[in-house]
Amino acid sequence: MFKITSEIITEAQVREVVESPDSGAVVLFLGTVRNNTDGRQVKHLEYDAYEPMAEKKMAEIGQEILEKWGIKRVAIIHRVGKLEIGEVSVAVGVASPHRKDGFEACKYAMDRLKQIVPIWKREVWLDGEAEWVKPDAVFFKSIPDRI
Amino acid sequence: MNVIVKYFAVCHEMLDRSEEEMQLPDGATVQTILKRLEEEWPEIAEFYEVMQMSVNWEYATENTELSEGDEVALIPPVTGGKNV
Repeated sequence: MFKITSEIITEAQVREVVESPDSGAVVLFLGTVRNNTDGRQVKHLEYDAYEPMAEKKMAEIGQEILEKWGIKRVAIIHRVGKLEIGEVSVAVGVASPHRKDGFEACKYAMDRLKQIVPIWKREVWLDGEAEWVKPDAVFFKSIPDRI
Repeated sequence: MNVIVKYFAVCHEMLDRSEEEMQLPDGATVQTILKRLEEEWPEIAEFYEVMQMSVNWEYATENTELSEGDEVALIPPVTGGKNV
């Protein structure tokens, strides 16, 4: 399952779709809304996505994980719209026979998500200002579509 | 030919619209769209260095040729979360 949603995300949603009797490990990752960015107080966040492309790219990440680790059971859900402090913005679930591959694949899914999935975050601060998050020093353009 | 062009995040704010239909000459590429936007809003060119483009949900280059009905998007840097 690879989807964008405007509904509240729970860990159960990804766990339920990935767990299976032949898995010895389920690795779950939740990204949550932090109350500050480098010390500046955040009021809330707004996420926007290019939905059909985002879901296509998330499915490609699933395919990459299958090729690298042979893991089929991967789920990624990303939320869009307004999110309050503490709410889940993204959930990743990976079920694998052994934990090492599961941890690696889960980290890989999040790293790739940041690189290739068209989702944007707008930070609204307590002082009333707001801004689309600026890129880090790395130019997005220099990141290859596939590693 | 006619194509749909979509704008997200910073591009959406700068151009004050989320999408539009554009009529382009035969043989047009992604570059044709970028040049046209630059005429309307020169500042957008500063973002070209860090921006990706997509055609029909797949990353494209400036030289990607366009066809009738294509869906093109300007994708400013995808952000959020540092590598820590």
